[in-house]
Amino acid sequence: MSDVTATTASDRNPLARAWQRASKIDPRYLIAFLITLVLVAAQVRYHMLGSYDRLVVALGVCMATEALLSWFDRGRVVNLLSAYISGISLTLLIKPQGGALWPFALGGFLAISSKYVLRYRENHLWNPTNFAIAALLLAAPDRVSVLSHQFGNDLTTNLVIWTFGLIIAARVGVIHITLTYVAGFLLLNGARALAFGQPLLPEIAPITGPMYQLFIFFMITDPRTVVRGRRKQIIVAVLIAVMETLIRFASDKGWPMPTAFNVAPAFFALATVGPVAKWIDLRRKRPTTN
Amino acid sequence: MRLDRGPSRAAADAAHPGFAMRDETAAAGINFVHHRPTFDSKIAGIEPHVAALGASVSVTDFNGDGKPDLYFTNSAFGQANALYRNKGDGTFEEVAASAGLADLNKPGDGVSMGAIWGDIDNDGREDVLVYRYGYLALFRNIDGHHFEDITEKAGLRRWVNSNGAIWIDYDRDGLLDLYVTAYFRSDIDLWHLKTTMIMHNSFEFATNGGKNLLFHNLGGGKFEDVTDKMGVGSTRWTLAAASADFNGDGWPDIYLANDYGPEELYLNDHGKRFVLSTAGLESESKSGMAVALGDAFNSGRLDAFVTNISERGYLFQNNNLRVNEMSTKGRFRNVAEGAIADAGWAWGAQFGDLNNDGANELFVANGFISADRKKSYWYAMSKIAGANGRLFEDAATWPAFGNASLSGYEPSRVYINRGVAGWVDVAKNVGVTDLYDGRAVALADLSNRGAVDVIVANQNQPAIVYRDYPDSANHWIEFKLIGTRSNRSAIGAEVLLEAGILNQRRVVDGGSGFASQNDRRLHFGLGSREWVDRVTIFWPSGIRQVVTRPAIDGIVTITEPER
Repeated sequence: MSDVTATTASDRNPLARAWQRASKIDPRYLIAFLITLVLVAAQVRYHMLGSYDRLVVALGVCMATEALLSWFDRGRVVNLLSAYISGISLTLLIKPQGGALWPFALGGFLAISSKYVLRYRENHLWNPTNFAIAALLLAAPDRVSVLSHQFGNDLTTNLVIWTFGLIIAARVGVIHITLTYVAGFLLLNGARALAFGQPLLPEIAPITGPMYQLFIFFMITDPRTVVRGRRKQIIVAVLIAVMETLIRFASDKGWPMPTAFNVAPAFFALATVGPVAKWIDLRRKRPTTN
Repeated sequence: MRLDRGPSRAAADAAHPGFAMRDETAAAGINFVHHRPTFDSKIAGIEPHVAALGASVSVTDFNGDGKPDLYFTNSAFGQANALYRNKGDGTFEEVAASAGLADLNKPGDGVSMGAIWGDIDNDGREDVLVYRYGYLALFRNIDGHHFEDITEKAGLRRWVNSNGAIWIDYDRDGLLDLYVTAYFRSDIDLWHLKTTMIMHNSFEFATNGGKNLLFHNLGGGKFEDVTDKMGVGSTRWTLAAASADFNGDGWPDIYLANDYGPEELYLNDHGKRFVLSTAGLESESKSGMAVALGDAFNSGRLDAFVTNISERGYLFQNNNLRVNEMSTKGRFRNVAEGAIADAGWAWGAQFGDLNNDGANELFVANGFISADRKKSYWYAMSKIAGANGRLFEDAATWPAFGNASLSGYEPSRVYINRGVAGWVDVAKNVGVTDLYDGRAVALADLSNRGAVDVIVANQNQPAIVYRDYPDSANHWIEFKLIGTRSNRSAIGAEVLLEAGILNQRRVVDGGSGFASQNDRRLHFGLGSREWVDRVTIFWPSGIRQVVTRPAIDGIVTITEPER
C-alpha cells in the first residue's frame, strides 16, 4: 500500500517526472545540451567566439572526420553527437595566435581520429578533446593556448554551469567522478599550499574557472573513456587529482617541463592517467565469447 | 644613400626594409632613466605588477624654435621628470628644473604617469598637462622657457589614478578640451590603502576601474568637468585613448583601449554628447594597452592598432589592427593576423613611414616586467586569471610576485607592410635590438631631415632614441599646421594627401599610443613620387582647406584660413 502511495506522489511531482524522463535519454544528448548551453551563454554574454568561422571549422572537421572514419571502419556512419560535443569543446577551449583557423581543423581531426587509431580492445583510450588539446599544446605552444576567455570571471555564470553540470552529471551517473575530483583537487592543492607556505586561495582558485568546469563536466566524466565500476572510477579520479598536484608541484619548483604542463596541469593529468587506467581496465576485461 | 633596396622601386620586404635605425641615445645626450614607484606595503606582494607603469614620452616644441623637444616622466618620489631641449645639432640639453617641470613626484601629490602638450590658451606656446597616480597638474607655458602651475586655478586639481590623457576640441570652439583616462579608482591612494580590494573584478569585462573624465575648456585657463553631461565616464580600466573623426561627420570621436575589457568608441554627436558605439569592438574582450592611429592601407581613413598580450602557450589575446569602415558600414574590422597579431606583451605603438616609401610601418614596444630570467610569474598568473572575480579583486589574494619576470626581456617589433603578403617584423634587420620593458613610443623628426625618429620610454630602465635613416632616394613632405579658428596647436586636424595613387591620411596628435604624444607635425613619405597633387586639411573648426602641389622634401607650414 505504501509503495503504491509513493509511486503516485512521484508521478504527480513534475520534477520527479522530468528526472525519470531524463533517465531514459541517451547521456550524450544531455551532455550535448549542457555544452551547447555553455557555448550559447558564453557567446551571448561574452562574445567569446570572436568569429563564427572557428565554430564552423571545428564542428565541420569533427563531424566530417567521424562520418568518414566510421564509414571506413564500420561500414556505416555512426551517430555524430559525440563529434558535435568534441567540436564545441574545441571551440570553447582553443585560443589560437591571431585569427588562425588551422588549430580548430587540426584539433578536430586529431580528436576524432584518435578514437579510431589509438584503440585497445575496440575501445579508445583518450577523451578525444583532451587528446587533441594536449597534442596541440605540446606541438605548437607558439601558436595555440587554452581558453584565454574566462567567461567574465563571473560568479553567476559559474553557478549556472555548475548547477546544470551537476544535475546532468547526476543523471548520467558520473557525479561521483566529478565530486571526487573536486574534493581531491581542494584537499591536495590546499595541502600543497600549506606545505609551501603559500596563500591558500590562489591555489584553489583555478577550480572556480571555466576551464575546470569544462574539464570536470566533459572530460573526466566522458562515459566512453572512464573505467568500469564506481569504485574504480573514484580511484582514477583521485589519481588524476594526484597527478595534477604533482605537475603543479613541479611548476612551483620551476622544474623544466614543456610549457604545456604549466599551462594546463589538469588536462595533462587526465591525458597521462586516464589512458593508462583505461588500458588496465580493458586488459582485465574478460574477452567476449560467442 | 640607398639602404639595400635594389634599383627598382619594389615594395619593402624583410630583406630590404628600406631604412635603418640606430640607437643614438647617448650621442644625443639623453640619459633619462625611469624609476618605478613604491606603494603601500599592504600590496607589497604584487607591487611589481601595480608599479609597472609610468614611463612616458611626449614630443613638444616648448620654446617654439621649430625643433622638437622631448619630455619624459618619472614615477618614484624624488625622481625628476626630464625636459630635453633640442639644440638642433643632434644633441639635447635637459632643462626641466629651470622650466619648472622636474619636481613633480612628491608624497601627497603622487607620481607622474605621462604628459600631453597643447596650446590651451592659443597664445602660441604649448602648455602641458601631467597626469599622475595622484593629482593632475596643468602648467602654462609663460615665455617658452618657464612654466607656471595653474592646476588649482584651472579647476583641475583632481586625484585621478591616470595612465593617459588626450587633448580634444570636442565642441569645436577653438579651445582644447581635456579627456583624462583613469585606471585604479580615484578614491584609491596607493600609498595609504584602506583596503586591498583595488584590483579588477574580471580579466575580461571589468568595470570597476577609475572613471574617465572630460573637462571642457572654458577659456581664461579654466576647465569644467562635463563627464556625465557628455556621457564619457567609462570605468573600464582605460589605459589609453586617441581621438580622430572616425566616421567622417566632422566631429572628433574618442577611441579607448581598456585593460581587462573590450575597446570602446565614443562617437561625438555634434559636440552635444558622446554616444558609445559598438562598432564591432565588442566581439572579443582583450587587454588593450595602447591605441595608435594611422592609415594602415592608404585607404584615406584612420585605422586603429590596439596592442594586447600574447604569451607562448598561456594566452593569445592578439593585437588588433582595426580597419576603419565607420563611414560605410558603421564598424571597424579586425584584420590582424600572423606576426602583427602577436608582438608579446605589447605596449606603446605608433604608425609612421620609416622608409619614406608612402606606406606606414608600425613600431611596437614590448615586455612587461624583466626581473629574474629564470622565474616566470605566468604560472602564478594562470591560477588567478581563471578564478572567480571576487578572488583576484583583492590584491592580497594574488600569489606573491617575488623577483619573477612576467613577459620580460621581449624585443620591440618594427613591422613593415607588404600588402597582400601581410606585415613582417624587421626589427633586427633595421637595428632595433633592445630588450627593455618598452612602454611609451613617440615619433618625431628630431632633426627636421625628413626621417621619423622613434623615442621609447622604458619602464624602470633607460629611454632610447632610435634615429631613422630612410632610403635617401625616397621623397617626403611634412606639414606644420597652425590653427586660427581652431586651436592653435591644430590638434585634431586631419590631412589627406594625394599623390598619384597614394592616398593617405594623418591626424595631428593630441596624445595617442600608450602614455605618449607624437610630434604635432605630420610626416608623409612619398617614395619615388616627385610631387604631391593635393593636400586637404580638415581643420577642427570644420573648415576644409585644399593646397595643391606643395613643395616636397621639406616642411610646409600651413595656417588655417579665417573662413
